[in-house]
Amino acid sequence: MSLQRIVMTVNGVERTVDAHPMERLLDVLREKLGLTGTKEGCGEGECGACSVLMDGSLVNSCLIPVAQAAHAQIVTIEGLGSPEKLDPVQEAFLHCGGSQCGMCTPGMIMAAKCLLMHNVKPSREEIREGLGGNLCRCTGYMRIFEAVEAAARKQESEAAR
Amino acid sequence: MRAAPEQYEMISPGNLAAALKLMASEPGRWLPVAGGTEVMVQYSAGRLPQRNLMNVWGLPELRRIEVTPDAVVIGGGCTFAEIRAHKAIAAEFSMLAKTAAWVGSIANQNRATLAGNLANASPAADSPPALLAYEAEIELISVRGTRRIPYTQCHLDYKRTALTQDELILAVRLPRRFAGWRDYVRKVGTRNAQAISKVCMAAQALVQDGVVEAIRMGMGSVAPVPLRLAAIEECAAGRKVNATLIAECRQLLDKMIAPIDDIRSTIEYRRLVAGNVLEDCLRTLAGTA
Ligand SMILES: Cc1cc2nc3c(=O)[nH]c(=O)nc-3n(C[C@H](O)[C@H](O)[C@H](O)COP(=O)(O)OP(=O)(O)OC[C@H]3O[C@@H](n4cnc5c(N)ncnc54)[C@H](O)[C@@H]3O)c2cc1C
Ligand code: FES
Ligand code: FES
Repeated sequence: MSLQRIVMTVNGVERTVDAHPMERLLDVLREKLGLTGTKEGCGEGECGACSVLMDGSLVNSCLIPVAQAAHAQIVTIEGLGSPEKLDPVQEAFLHCGGSQCGMCTPGMIMAAKCLLMHNVKPSREEIREGLGGNLCRCTGYMRIFEAVEAAARKQESEAAR
Repeated sequence: MRAAPEQYEMISPGNLAAALKLMASEPGRWLPVAGGTEVMVQYSAGRLPQRNLMNVWGLPELRRIEVTPDAVVIGGGCTFAEIRAHKAIAAEFSMLAKTAAWVGSIANQNRATLAGNLANASPAADSPPALLAYEAEIELISVRGTRRIPYTQCHLDYKRTALTQDELILAVRLPRRFAGWRDYVRKVGTRNAQAISKVCMAAQALVQDGVVEAIRMGMGSVAPVPLRLAAIEECAAGRKVNATLIAECRQLLDKMIAPIDDIRSTIEYRRLVAGNVLEDCLRTLAGTA
C-alpha cells in the first residue's frame, strides 16, 4: 500500500518523510531520520527504552503509528543537549552513575525530563512513578533516582540565580 | 516477528463526521485506533487480523470533558492522564481517577484512552469496575445518530461489546447523584502499578449508623466480562455488615464469578482473593474493618 508524506517537527526542525502510515515512529526516527539514540527494548510498551516526547508528553514510540505523529512536535534524546553542553538531566546521570550499558538511558532521561517539566521537586515516590515504565537491567535504579534528584537540585539552583 | 507495515493501511479522517462516514460506508472494515496501546501491541506481534485502520487519535469531538448539573461527561478519546488530572473527576469520581493511575506507566496513560479501554473489552481492564459502581452510561455515535445505554449493557461476552460495526464510543456519562456515598476501590495484582489485575473491585455505599442503605459494586478479572454485583447489592441493602451478611455475600459471589486458570493465577486463588476483597470492601464501607 502507498507511502504517505508525513511532516513533523523533530527536535525543533521540520522534517518530511515518506513512510507507510503504520510504520512505527520508533523505526522512522531510527532508520529514516538517523536518530538512533532512541532504543528498542521490548517493542510492546513494557520497557520505555523507546520513550520520546510527543507534543510535550512522554510516549512509547514503539506503539505509535507514524501517521499519528503527523504535524506533532517530537523531542528525542538528541534534542536535549549536545556533547558540548549536556542537559542538566544528562549531566546528572553521568555524574551519579545512572547509566551502565546505556540501553535504558535515553528513555530513562526522557522520562526524567518529562517528570521534571511537570514537577520541579519530585519526591522519591513521585520519581518511582514517573520512571515506573522504564526498565533497567543494570543499575538497580538507586543511582538513577539519585540522578533525578541531583538534576532537580541543579535546576532549582539555576532557577534561583 | 515484526509486522510488515506495507501490508496495512491507515486513514486519518481528521474529524468525527468523516470517521463515522467511513465506518458506515464499509461496516467492519475500518478498525479505529486511538492511543494504540492495545492495537499496536497486537500489530507488532503479527496478531492483528485487520489490515485497514482508521486513526481516531486526537479527534476533538471525542476529547472533551463536560461538567453539567447532573453528570460529568468524559469524551471517549480522553486519555487516562487527562482523566487523572481533571479536578471534577478527582473530587466526585475519585475511584475513576485512581484506576486511571493504574493503567500502566505514565507513557501508557498519556496514550491509553477510556473508549479504547472499554471497546477492547478485556475482563481485566482497570476502569470498568469503577464505571459499574458509578452507574455510568455510554454514548454511542454513528451516522445514524447517537444512543445512550447503561454501561452494564456494554459487555456481552468475552471481548464482545454492544457496539455495532459503524459505531464509536462518543462519551461516558457519570451521573452526579451519589453525594455523601463512601467509596472503596482496590486492585490486586503482582505489583501495585503496571501489572494486570487478578481482581479489581470498586464500590460505593450510603451507610447510616452501620447500616448499608444502598450499595453499588463492580468487579473485574473474575468472569468473561466485568461484573456488576447486583445480587450482592440487593442482599446487603438495609442490613448491618456482620459475619452473617459477609458469609451470604461471599456465597453469592462464588456463584456469580467464573475466574480462569492462566499463567498468572489459578481458579482457586482468584476465588479466594475475590471473596477476601469483597469482605474487605463491605467491612471498610461499613466502618467495621
Ligand atoms: C504496557 C502496557 C500496560 C498496560 N496496562 C494496563 C493496565 O494496567 N490496566 C488496563 O486496564 N489496561 C492496561 N493496558 C491496556 C491499554 O493501555 C488500555 O486498554 C487502553 O485504555 C486502551 O486504549 P487505547 O486508546 O490505547 O486503545 P487502542 O489500542 O487504540 O484501541 C483498543 C480498541 O478500542 C477500539 N476503540 C478505540 N477508540 C474507540 C472509540 N472511540 N469507539 C469505539 N472503539 C474504539 C479500537 O478499535 C480497538 O479495538 C496496558 C497496555 C500496555 C501496552
Ligand atoms: S521498546 Fe517501546 S516500550 Fe519497550
Ligand atoms: S543501564 Fe543497562 S539497562 Fe539500564
